[in-house]
Amino acid sequence: MTIGLIARTAGRLIVPFIFIFGFYIVTHGHLTPGGGFQGGAVIATGVALLLVCYYYRECMEKFIPVSSFKLVESAGLILFICTALAGLVVASGFLVNWLNATGGLFGHAVAYGVNPGDLYTAGIIPVLNFAIGIEVFGALSAVLLYMFAGLKETTQEEDDAPASTPALVKGKKGGRK
Amino acid sequence: MKDPSFTMRPGFVMVLIVLITLILLLPALGLTFGAPAASMTDQYYLDNSQTETGANNVVSAVVFDYRGFDTLGEATVLFIAVLGVAMIFRRVHK
Repeated sequence: MTIGLIARTAGRLIVPFIFIFGFYIVTHGHLTPGGGFQGGAVIATGVALLLVCYYYRECMEKFIPVSSFKLVESAGLILFICTALAGLVVASGFLVNWLNATGGLFGHAVAYGVNPGDLYTAGIIPVLNFAIGIEVFGALSAVLLYMFAGLKETTQEEDDAPASTPALVKGKKGGRK
Repeated sequence: MKDPSFTMRPGFVMVLIVLITLILLLPALGLTFGAPAASMTDQYYLDNSQTETGANNVVSAVVFDYRGFDTLGEATVLFIAVLGVAMIFRRVHK
């Protein structure tokens, strides 16, 4: 059974803003409250809204192949581990903040004390935030898709048919057991 | 385990678990409660996180720099959880 047209349209309007908000939380993880876990969860919320609005079969056919989420999740974890291992190669140890204050990528020096902050600081912390963000996004979305695939879906003909509700008409008293 | 020499009675296993737990808890007797003070690390993070990690968000600095191994473990736990869900909810091919 599909959800109504109003809910579908509202979901379609809201979902891009949810994605942008989650991406903002991930990228500003080293400046503002939030980070990779929280931003990834917010982006996965947008995927959940897509799943509710456009139900599973349509979602799979039009927007999201399910195997891509496993790829995204694995890519996030691999990016995390590779960034940490690069610290072992370039600098002195595993997970060393080897990009901090080098002037390169995310390498601006930060002023001490209370300041509004610069996005281009903090070394490997934004990279790790991004890795964790896409990992959490892929993990939660894959869990949602796997659990949604277990539901029994109606076919297109049953959806397009007028709402006759044969199960309720022919059903016994006492409702569902 | 078909070898009868490997079988252990449940009571023996219980005693073994309690003994190992007591041995692991033994060093805690030498510590005084509340020392060193927790505010020492708090003040250290507040003073040094900006210069050492470059992050204005101290929580992010702790999570991704000082306690990076913990975050890696969390990510691995999430990965394994998704593996378990994929294993339970897999499509059975006929």
